[in-house]
Amino acid sequence: MDLVINAVRHSIRSAEERPLLYVLRDELGLTGTKYGCGEGQCGACTVLVDGAPVRSCLTPVKAVQGKQITTIEALERDGRLHPVQQAFIDKDALQCGFCTAGMIMSAAGLLKQNPDPTPAQIKSALQGNICRCGTYPRIVEAVRLAAKHA
Amino acid sequence: MPDEQLEIERYELRAGPAYLFAPGRRDFFKILGGGLVVILTQAQAQDRENPELAAWLHIAESGAITVYTGKVEFGQNIRTSLAQAVGEELHTSPAAFSLVMGDTRLTPYDMGTFGSRTTPIMAPQLRKAAAVARQMLTELAAQRWQADAAALVVAEGRVNHPASGASLSFGELTKGQKLTRTIRADVAVTPAAEWKIAGHDLGKVNARAIVTGQEKYTSDLNVAGLLHGRIVRPSAFKAQLVSADLKPAQQMPGVLAVRDGEFVGVVADDPAKLAAAAAAVKTEWKVPPQTNSREIFSWLKTHPASAALPPVVAEVQVEASYMAAYIAHTPLEPRCAVAHWEGDQLTVSTGTQVPFGVQTELAEAFGLPKEKVRVIVPPTGSGYGGKHSGECAVEAARLAKAAGKPVKLQWTREEEFTWAYFRPAAVIDVRSGAQKDGVITAWQFHNYNSGRAALRSPYNIPNQVAEFHEVDSPLRQGSYRGLAATANHFARESHMDELAHALGLEPAAFRLKNATDPRLQAVINAATERFRWGRAKQRPGQGFGMMAGFDKGGYVSACVEVTVANGRVRIDRIVQSFECGAIVNPDQLKNQVVGGTIMGIGGALFESIDFAGGRILNPRLSKYRVPRFSDVPEIDVVLVNRPDLPSAGAGETPIVAVAPAVANAIFDATGKRLRSLPLKLA
Ligand code: FES
Ligand code: FES
Repeated sequence: MDLVINAVRHSIRSAEERPLLYVLRDELGLTGTKYGCGEGQCGACTVLVDGAPVRSCLTPVKAVQGKQITTIEALERDGRLHPVQQAFIDKDALQCGFCTAGMIMSAAGLLKQNPDPTPAQIKSALQGNICRCGTYPRIVEAVRLAAKHA
Repeated sequence: MPDEQLEIERYELRAGPAYLFAPGRRDFFKILGGGLVVILTQAQAQDRENPELAAWLHIAESGAITVYTGKVEFGQNIRTSLAQAVGEELHTSPAAFSLVMGDTRLTPYDMGTFGSRTTPIMAPQLRKAAAVARQMLTELAAQRWQADAAALVVAEGRVNHPASGASLSFGELTKGQKLTRTIRADVAVTPAAEWKIAGHDLGKVNARAIVTGQEKYTSDLNVAGLLHGRIVRPSAFKAQLVSADLKPAQQMPGVLAVRDGEFVGVVADDPAKLAAAAAAVKTEWKVPPQTNSREIFSWLKTHPASAALPPVVAEVQVEASYMAAYIAHTPLEPRCAVAHWEGDQLTVSTGTQVPFGVQTELAEAFGLPKEKVRVIVPPTGSGYGGKHSGECAVEAARLAKAAGKPVKLQWTREEEFTWAYFRPAAVIDVRSGAQKDGVITAWQFHNYNSGRAALRSPYNIPNQVAEFHEVDSPLRQGSYRGLAATANHFARESHMDELAHALGLEPAAFRLKNATDPRLQAVINAATERFRWGRAKQRPGQGFGMMAGFDKGGYVSACVEVTVANGRVRIDRIVQSFECGAIVNPDQLKNQVVGGTIMGIGGALFESIDFAGGRILNPRLSKYRVPRFSDVPEIDVVLVNRPDLPSAGAGETPIVAVAPAVANAIFDATGKRLRSLPLKLA
C-alpha cells in the first residue's frame, strides 16, 4: 500500500488495519507524533489529513490512502518554522513538550479553517488535546499570536 | 539535607548512593577525554557517600564545553536555567555548550529531581564551577602570553588580550592539557545585579527540537537490532501465577515468549505483533480477595484499627472527617525503557526522576555491581512525582537478557494507570474548638495513610495535635506533586471554614484572627484584596471560597469563584497569592503556580481511581478525566516578593490551594459541605 506523507510517497508494509500512528513511528521513524493513550482521548498523536487534524492512533492506514498526510516534521518550510511553531516558542507554551506536537498540529488545522479564532474557539478546537503540565493558557496565547502572524 | 524538604517515600529510600568512579584525575580523563575539568565539591551536596561531589564541568581539547549533573529535565526547564547559570560565568552563550543530565555513568550521584528545588540549589553550584573554569582558562592564556591575567577578557568561547590583539579559543588553550581543579563552595561569582544571561528570560534551549518533533524521548529511541517487548500482566494485583503456556506464542514467527518465575512477557521483531503474541500466552492466576474503592475509607480506618479521639472542650466545637481518593499522576508519556546488554554490562534508557535509584533497582534485580549498570535519562514527558520507580526499566532489561538483543518496552496507557503507583488515599479526622470571639483553643488533626506534608496547622494554636497514621494501603502508593499537603490542606482549610460558620464569623477575618505568622497574613491579604473578597454575590449558583496555607517553604492563599448549575461545578476564577522568598524569575514562577493550579483542578473535581478485587476499573483517559482546556478558569497569580529571604521551590505548594477553596465556594453557593475529594454534588 502507498501513503503520501509529508509530500513523499511511501510504500507501506504494515497491515491496512494498523493505525497510522504506529506506521509513522515504527515503520517510518517519524517519531515526532506521540503515543499518549491510543484511544483518541489525548491528542498527542494528531496529524493533518488533507489539512484537517486527525487522531492517528484511531486511523487505520487504509482510511488515509491517497490523502495528503502531514506530520509535525514537515510543518517547517525551507528552514522557516510554521507560525504556530514559532508562536509556541515565543510564548513559551511548552514544558515537557510531550503534548506539543499534537497541540501544534491541532492548532495548525484550526487556523487553516479559521484564520482568526477567538480564545473560546481555540479552546473548543483543542479540547481533545491534553497537556498534563498545565500550559493551556499559554497555548491559547500562542495560537492567538500565530493567527496574527499567519 | 535541609534544601529539599521532600517527603521521602519508600521508593526514594531504596535509592542508595552509587558512585561509579573515584574523582581521580585519570578516571575523569579516561571517560571524558583530555582538557580541563572543574569538580565542584560542596559540604551540603546531595551525595551522602561522597559528600563532596555536586557537579563537574569539562572543557574538551576541542573546546567543547560540557556540564554534567545528575539532575534530569522533566519540563521544569532546568536544562535552560542551568545553562544560563554556566553561560553567565563563562561569558559564553548557553547555546554553545551541552548539558549531560541524569546519566549514571557520566554524571555525579544525585538523589533525584523532585519538586522544584533544582534551580535554587544547582544553579549557584554550577555558576561557581564555571567561574573557576573561566579563571583557569585565563591563567592558561596568561602563561602562554606572559601577560597579566587581569588584562585578559573571556568572551564567547575565547580568551582575548585586547592590548596585543592576541586571542585563543578555549580548545586551543585546553589542547594537550589534563587539568583538574576541585573547588569548595566559597568561590566569588558575578552578583545577581550584574547578570547578563542568568535570571533573564531565555527560551528553552531545546524548544526548536520540541516544536519540530525532533526531540527524542525514550519511546522515540532506535538502536540497531532493536526488538520490542510486552509484559503479560497478572489478572489482578497480588495475583500468583498458577500456570503459563508459552507455546502458542513461541510458534509465532519473530516472537519469543519469556517466563522467569512470576514474570511473563513476549518479545517481537515488529511491535505490530506484540498484542497478538501477548494474547497468545495463556496464563492462569490465583487472585486473593481485595478491598475496593467504595470501601476504601473504612478500610483505611481499620487497617490497623484507629484509636478514638479524646473529646474537645471549648465554647464552640466542630468535628468532621475528610477524605481523598487515590489518584494517578497520568504523565502524558507513559513509562518506556530501552534496555541493552553487552556481556554482563547493562545499559537502560528510561524517563525517571531518580536515575541512580533505578540503577540500584537494576543492580539488585540482576545481582550486578552498580558499575555494571548504566541508566540514561532522555527527555521525559513529565512525571509530577510519578516516575521515581524503575519497574519498566527492570522489565525491559529482563526481556533484553532473554532475547540477547536490545529491547524497547513501551507501557500502554492502561499499564501506566495500573502498574505504576498512586497518590495515597486519605481519611483525615479533625476535632476543633474555639472561643466565641474566634480564637482557636483546641485542634486535633489525624491523617490516615496519606502522609505528613503540611500536617501541622500554620495558625497560632499552641496545643495542637497533628498526627500521621500509617496504614496498610491496598494500592501501591508513592510520591506525587505536593503529596499529602493537598489532602491535609483540603481537610484543614475546609475545617477552618466550618469552624468559621459555626462561630458565625467571616472566613477571611477568622483566619486572620488566628494567623500570627506575618507571611501567612501577607498572602491572605494579597489574595483577598486582588479578589475583592467580601463583595456580594451577583447571580444564583455563584459561590466564593478561600483558603490559606504553608508547605515546603511556600505560603499560599487562594480565593475562588464558582458557579454551580444543574449539579455541576464550574470554576470561574482563581486568585492565588504565593510567596516563596526572593523571586528569581517571575515569569517562570507564575508558570509553575499556574501549572500546579491546573493540575490541582483535576484532583479537586474529577480524578479518582476506581478499583475492586485487585483491578483498576478506570485505567483509561476516557474513564479518568484530567483537566482540559474548558476546565481552566481565569487564573490570577499574585506573587509576593521577599528579597530578604532565600528562595524556596514553587513546583509543589501551589497545587494545594484549589481543593479547599473550591469546596468552600461550593458550600457558599449551595449550603452543601463536600468533604471528599474529588468534590461531587449528589
Ligand atoms: S494517542 Fe491518539 S489521542 Fe491519545
Ligand atoms: S508540556 Fe508536558 S504535557 Fe504539555
